[in-house]
Formats: sequence, structure tokens, C-alpha cells
Amino acid sequence: MKRKNKWLEPAGLLRIAAHTLAWGLLAWLVWSFFDDPINPIQATIQRSGYYALVFLVLSLTATPLNTWFGFRPALKVRRTLGLFAFMFAGVHFLTFSVIDYGLDWNLLRGAIFEKPYILLGLTALTILLALAITSFKWWMKSMGKNWQRLHRLVYLAAPLVVIHYSWSIKGDVLRLQGDILEPLAFGLVVVLLLISRLPPIRRTAVGLRNRLALKMIQPKTRSTPPIEKPHP
Amino acid sequence: MTDYSKYKSFPVHPSEITPEHVYLNRRAFMKTAAVVGAGVFLAACGTEAASPASPTAPADLTTGSQTDELGDPLNTYEQITNYNNYYEYSLGKEDVAQSSQDLKTSPWDVQVYGLVNKPQTFALEDLLSQFTQEERIYRLRCVEGWSMVIPWMGFPLSALLEAVEPTSDARYVRFETLLDPEQMPKQSSSLWPWPYQEGLRLDEAMNNLTLLATGLYGKPLPPQNGAPIRLVVPWKYGFKSLKAIVKIELVPDEPETFWTTVAPNEYGFYANVNPDVAHPRWSQASERRIGELGRRETMMFNGYGDEVATLYENMDLSVHY
Repeated sequence: MKRKNKWLEPAGLLRIAAHTLAWGLLAWLVWSFFDDPINPIQATIQRSGYYALVFLVLSLTATPLNTWFGFRPALKVRRTLGLFAFMFAGVHFLTFSVIDYGLDWNLLRGAIFEKPYILLGLTALTILLALAITSFKWWMKSMGKNWQRLHRLVYLAAPLVVIHYSWSIKGDVLRLQGDILEPLAFGLVVVLLLISRLPPIRRTAVGLRNRLALKMIQPKTRSTPPIEKPHP
Repeated sequence: MTDYSKYKSFPVHPSEITPEHVYLNRRAFMKTAAVVGAGVFLAACGTEAASPASPTAPADLTTGSQTDELGDPLNTYEQITNYNNYYEYSLGKEDVAQSSQDLKTSPWDVQVYGLVNKPQTFALEDLLSQFTQEERIYRLRCVEGWSMVIPWMGFPLSALLEAVEPTSDARYVRFETLLDPEQMPKQSSSLWPWPYQEGLRLDEAMNNLTLLATGLYGKPLPPQNGAPIRLVVPWKYGFKSLKAIVKIELVPDEPETFWTTVAPNEYGFYANVNPDVAHPRWSQASERRIGELGRRETMMFNGYGDEVATLYENMDLSVHY
């Protein structure tokens, strides 16, 4: 069998797409910071936060894409997507604390602790930081079972980020008034992605898929379909 | 000579300092207003004679001073006209300048009615000729945490109210922005309680600082800044200062406003700039002046306490936020 160029395989293409998107967005963010004549700080904070949320949601779609649809290459970009989410969250936080507040501790303390809005974002950032640091193979091996336990914290980080986002807009998500469509959409997607991981639901999905695969394969061959290992 | 030192802690009343060239410029201002009005009218008729106002700065901007009374520089025409919260057009502040350009501001009537002895509908030209237009340099503090210094042209709301003679039952003033989804596309969305409404207590409305603005930098207001006529209440968060006013009603009770309807627990009726009362979600202790990198501490009543603090004596401003 001829060996294919690994970059042209689905996983390689996905990885190229993720890198192009993330670095492109970062370059655009930096460029428009210096290009925007009016309020570049507010724009940078809002956009970097938005990108962080998008990458976080994308990273959460990787596992269900595999368990539900058998699309294994998605698993190969899961860590990359998560790291990009952390990168934009870092840009978001540094723009807020260093450029916007000039590390003025008195102002920052009020901004962070007076209201839960920024505190939630900070909690999510702390989680993403811990996951980013431990995302390397060495940690995965040396932490053993605890690694998976720790990385399940992303299921907490994602809803925190959505609430943080929905608190930043003008309007009221609970009263369905105002600028709420995007926070609600992100909230719905995150809820669905989390539900899709619940063991009974995941098992049903895997069972359905395996039976479907069996049906499609049966007329030709008699081989058993691959059994998927559950992934976090 | 007036001794200006005695005004040190006061915003100097702009009518007292308006220099002659700006004073003389009022005539030019009114003339331009009439020409722009006619231009928009002609454009509406399909001729190409008049192009809509462009978001870039006109050459002949005028202002009586380069700073506010605290010595802070004015924001540029470009900043003021390209960074606008105008949800009738867009949720993005930087695309309003483009998307609002076709607003038809002539003819334009402002209906003043309700608990008044002389209800009257004013054509815009009458407002411009009947009431002396003067320059007022005011700070504008947005609830989002940014601010600008803006040289408005306009006239005190009190002058208009005196002309229609509020009755003794009138205690509040209710304002309404134009409702026209054909021109203001976001008004088709049912997520927002259109039309935009705002309100003031009558004594707030009668305060000398409260302005009906018709111009900016000596030019007629561009659409994105609230053409042809808007409210400016400098000691309150910017959302109180509604744009494109078509109705002013004197009422007995505190009116519902756009933002108290959207999120009553977050946006109060009073909305006075107050660093000590946080928005339910974020602190209001500091702000960024557009054009500056760092943050400034927010001033009580946006620095206009000497003029307006007496309006709120014996009121708990953390309750009536």
C-alpha cells in the first residue's frame, strides 16, 4: 500500500484549517488594534473573548463527532482547538488587565470582585490555564487517571464562559429582551454538546451507529464493525 | 471683564463664554441646517444634486473652545461621528455612521403635547429660528464605560417647555424617537421594545444643562449622532440622551423607558453617572476617554454635581439608580 502524505489526510487538513483560522484571526486582531481609530481596546476585548468561546465550542465538538459519527480525525485537532481557545482567552484577559486597566490594582479589584461577571470569566480562564499546562503527553502519562478527571473541568468552563458572555451583552437573556440571540445560540450548542456526552446517551449513539455500520457492511463482508472506545 | 476664577469649581456656562466667531457662526449654522435639510429633501426626490452627509469631517468645523471646562480636550469630529450606539440601525458602534446616512430628516416635526396649556407641533426650522442656538461643551459618559467630550449646538429644553406651558399636573417628560422600520431596519426586531423612549423628571428637564441638541462642531447633527434633534443630559449615562426625537409628552407619572423595559433590574429611570453605584453586572468606578489608553476615575454626576446634586437631595441614589 502506498504511503499517503499525512498532511493530506483528514486529520492533517483539519489541523491546517485550525491553525490558519486561529493565527489568521490573531493577526487580524492585532492589525485592527492599530488600525481602529476609535476604541480599539473595547473592540479587542470583545473580539478576543468571542474567538475564545468559538474555539472552546469547536474543541467540544471533536469528541461527539467521533462517538456519534465515527469521525476519528476530529480527535486529532481536539487539543489544538482547546489550546487556541486558551490563547484567545489569554489575549482577552491581558488586554483587559494590562492595556485597559493598566494593571491598576485598585480599579481591577473593584472590577473583578464587585460583581460576579468578571469573576466567572476569570474562573473559566484559570481552568483553561490548568488544562493548557497539562495538555502535553508527559502530563497525560504521569497524571494517569487524574488527567482525565482534571480535563473534565472543561465541562464547567464552557458554561461559565457562556454565562460570562451573556452577562456582557445589553439585554436580559432570562427575559428574552435585547441583544440575546448569540448568547442563547452558544448556550444551546454547549448544552447539546454536554448532553451528547452523558453515558446513556453516548452509548445509545454508539450502539445505533454500530448497528448502522453493520447493516451497510453486511451485504459485502461479514467482518464486525470497529467498536469505539469512549472518549472524554 | 468677568472674573472667571470664581467659576473654578463650576462648569462655566457656555452661553457666557461663547466667543464672537461662534456667535456669528450661528447664522451660518442655521443656513447650513436649512441647506442640508433641502439637500436631503431633494435627494428624496431623486435628484443627484445633493450627496448625503459623509462620515468624514467637513472642512469648516467650528467650536468656541478646544477643551471642556475641566481642561480636557474635545474629542475629534471623526471620533464623535464614527462611534455611535444607535440600536435602531446596528448593534455595532462603528457601522452606524454608514447605515444611518439615508435618514430623511426634512421635513421633521416635533410634537409637544400632554399636560400643557399650549400643545404645539414644531417644524424643525421653527425650533432652529425660535430658540437661540448656542454651543455647549459636555462630557458624555456611556454606561459601557467610555466617554467623550463633545461640542454640541442646541438650546435648553427648558426654553421649549416654557413655550408650551406645562400644567401643574405635569411631573415628568416622556420622549420618543422616530418609529420607522423602513428607515431604521433594526426596529423590525421584536426583541426590543420600539420605539426608543426616555423620560426625565420635570425639574431635571427644566435644569439649564439639559439640552436639545441640533448640531455638532458648529455643523448640523449627522444622522448617526441623532439628527435632526436629540436630547443631551450630560450628568446621566448616554442612553438617556435619545436621538431623532419626534414626540415630547408631559405626563403625571414616571414613564417607562426603553432600557427599563429591556432590563428593569439593570437600568434605572434616573441613570445618573455614579462611580459608587455599580451596574448590576460591572463596576462603574472608572471609564476610558475615547482617544486615551488608560482609564480615568468616573466623576459623580459626570462632574456636573454643582448644577444638579440639589435635584437629588434626600434621595438614596443606590436605590434610585
